[in-house]
Amino acid sequence: MGYPHKPHPRETVVLSKYFGDADARTYKGWVKRGGYEMLAQALTMEPAKVIDIVKESGLRGRGGAGFPTGLKWSFMPKEKKKPHYLCVNADESEPGTFKDREIMRWTPHALLEGSAIAAHAIQAEVVYIYIRGEFTEPWTYMERALAEASAAKVFGAIKIYLHRGAGAYICGEETALMNSIEGKRGNPRIKPPFPAAAGVFGMPTTINNVETLAAIPPILKQGAAWYKGLSLSSPKSSGTKLFSVCGHVQKPGNYEVTMGFPLKDLVYELCGGMRSGRTLKACIPGGSSVPILNREETESCLLDYEGVVERGSMLGSGGVIVFDDSADMVYQIMRLARFYAHESCAQCTQCREGTAWTTKILERILAGQGKMADLDLLLDLSENMTGKTICVLSDSCAAPVVSGIKRFKNEFEDYIAGRRKPVMVA
Amino acid sequence: MSVTAHPSSTPAGTDAYDPVFSGAVLEQLGEILARYPTKQAGLLPALWIVQRARGWISDRNMAEVAEVLGLTPAYVKGVVTFYTMYHQHPVGKHFVQVCTTSPCNICGAEAVAKAFLETTGAKELGATSPDGKWTVIEVECLGACGFATPVLVDDDFIESVTPDKVPELVRKYK
Repeated sequence: MGYPHKPHPRETVVLSKYFGDADARTYKGWVKRGGYEMLAQALTMEPAKVIDIVKESGLRGRGGAGFPTGLKWSFMPKEKKKPHYLCVNADESEPGTFKDREIMRWTPHALLEGSAIAAHAIQAEVVYIYIRGEFTEPWTYMERALAEASAAKVFGAIKIYLHRGAGAYICGEETALMNSIEGKRGNPRIKPPFPAAAGVFGMPTTINNVETLAAIPPILKQGAAWYKGLSLSSPKSSGTKLFSVCGHVQKPGNYEVTMGFPLKDLVYELCGGMRSGRTLKACIPGGSSVPILNREETESCLLDYEGVVERGSMLGSGGVIVFDDSADMVYQIMRLARFYAHESCAQCTQCREGTAWTTKILERILAGQGKMADLDLLLDLSENMTGKTICVLSDSCAAPVVSGIKRFKNEFEDYIAGRRKPVMVA
Repeated sequence: MSVTAHPSSTPAGTDAYDPVFSGAVLEQLGEILARYPTKQAGLLPALWIVQRARGWISDRNMAEVAEVLGLTPAYVKGVVTFYTMYHQHPVGKHFVQVCTTSPCNICGAEAVAKAFLETTGAKELGATSPDGKWTVIEVECLGACGFATPVLVDDDFIESVTPDKVPELVRKYK
């Protein structure tokens, strides 16, 4: 969507209230809008009290894993024996997802305020905001906002630093992110130990996503009960979510709706539906690492953690990728496999070999040299790539492959049987 | 944590080496290192400083960074090769990154990449154009899928690029 953006009447505007408002990203503008009041208040509260409020709110991680935020914070040692750290995951690289970018370039102070409150709650002296290297524009606005807010001394004793990534999707994985900050290759670590026990520099650490932290000031301001109440269906999912809708819709962009919102309405109503003459064929509801839904599943899917699982996928990052009937599902699944093959850190054999092999098989199929046995081979590979590696990049490659073969088998068979012309050269 | 320039910070070689980390740049690195409990954590920031100063990161640059941070050249190289944004060889004056991952792919991203190759004369992905002005590569998801196709030209993040907009874009960068 273009800016200035007028929210759709069915959106519930909390995080995106000031998207498109250039004044809001200045320190003065943010303060004028009530900014940093909650931080000032939080700094006078007991850290445990802040954690309780966030626990009560039901806020779950918005990066993709959906782990209860208050619970994650409570894993940090109550007794302060070592330096504590907060790492902010601004590595947003999940295909289909582009919400954190908007938060950083339009409401950088919301992220800074939420981060500082979180740091206070987990007794962290230092915050590292890990921003992917390609986000040059968000970096500029974050840098500016950080300088202004620091000059106004709103953060108390908390030190906030920006740390620039250099091109690695895997650094969005929390342990790889910590390794990257430490100046290492972005290889994920085996867990346990968990970050709260031994994280960045071996110290107790919490890692939170940008959108998660941006929700903290509103939760403190309007209360946990308010946030919990912003849910259409399940009490297990509260609040709003920024859904990044892209692909074959009339009006792609970020849309903020309450948990439990029907995916059908998001696509057909808020996003203006399909392009002229087209019908919806497939939809990935939560970023490319979750299973692909077919049309029936898409049109009956409710957007909360349980609702999407019920349809056979996951809410994930909320990156909604819409494919209409013009899309070549085999080609796009190949392209996703290639993404994972490029991004594999190469530690685990199943991932390093599996993502590359999966890509090769799909390329062969698209080049007209596929065999029916290839589909069984892909499923076999995917099974070995799931649940058996240090991190879930491997599983993430398997998700579109397995769900794609299950729901769009005919498209694979068309290439293999020669009913469809090859689109690649072997 | 402070760092000092030291004669051994200059990697040995048959030609003279012009260090990146001296004077104000060295001071800048010192400020950055104060944010972390280890010198090693200054590695990614240090590499960005080198690339901004020299356009790419040579083996001798890596040896210098290693000396300044108390690491080994091999270690530094391991990090440089892991992260895709660090250039290990010179690139064109303008570096173009076109996202072609699936969400942009279904919105015509590959045609955008092709348009850049043709318009700039770079012909092949990763190659530098004969006039030395352009290098074009395909990259993975740039995190702007709703604004397909996003393109990075140097540090400029440009949204909603279509093949017809490419000639004008290329003209803008001299």
